[in-house]
Amino acid sequence: MVLSAAERAAVRALWTKLGSNVGVYATEALERTFLAFPTTKTYFPHFDLTPGSAQVKAHGQKVADALTRAVAHLDDLPTALWALSDLHVRQLRVDPVNFKLLGHCLLVTLARHYPGDFSPAMHASLEKFLSHVILALAISYG
Amino acid sequence: MDAGQVEKAQSLELLTGTDSLCPSVLFSPLRLLVVYPWTQRFFQSFGDLSSADAIMGNSKVKAHGKKVLNSFSDGLKNIDDLKGAFAKLSELHCDKLHVDPENFRLLGNVLVCVLAHHFGHEFNPQVQAAFQKVVAGVASALAHRYH
Repeated sequence: MVLSAAERAAVRALWTKLGSNVGVYATEALERTFLAFPTTKTYFPHFDLTPGSAQVKAHGQKVADALTRAVAHLDDLPTALWALSDLHVRQLRVDPVNFKLLGHCLLVTLARHYPGDFSPAMHASLEKFLSHVILALAISYG
Repeated sequence: MDAGQVEKAQSLELLTGTDSLCPSVLFSPLRLLVVYPWTQRFFQSFGDLSSADAIMGNSKVKAHGKKVLNSFSDGLKNIDDLKGAFAKLSELHCDKLHVDPENFRLLGNVLVCVLAHHFGHEFNPQVQAAFQKVVAGVASALAHRYH
């Protein structure tokens, strides 16, 4: 499922529209993930996970920066995300199923904040983009 | 994660009376075919599925989408016994339709996205968490009679 030129353009255009709020939405996506899928909290025993937590906000910004990097490197996600993949796989040992849970909550967050943009075609493009990001993140599992 | 009384109250409040929902929610099952194109294999006889617009405008798919959401809402009225409520549908999807149960999970997630899209601010993290339990329960109930 390769991203078509139209799908890439749609994802890039939306990301431009998100502007400096990507961190806010990634943080909300994390909060939704912890609430809807409590098993994901197992990776953050050292965090204060209450809504509004500064630690979750800081982590949300890290996730946002990684996604923004991914949008800028749609032609070679495995290379662009290699260091992050190594970190999540070898050091943090995150079960890849959790990437899908966060990806889903990010879609929910974007649907909630950008209803005018969340057409079925955009939904499909974002889902495909996130699937590629997740594949690239899990690549270090070999 | 069983759906309890709080989840029932929240989800029924949002979904009560599908006639009151706008088409985007009522036809959310159609989005499944756009976002996860392999699901189209179950609807080969429904006509033109060649693009997102074709799918969302296809009257047969729309009618089926309404049927799916009505079944979902009806099932929610028996939230304390989802396995019982969806037993016959589970057998149908296994024995006659041969649908991979993973697709029930995908449909649940599409419905959650569409609810966020429709309800916006109301669909806060707590409401989403309640709904995730409900759609997981429905997906599990639909897969329960598989053998």
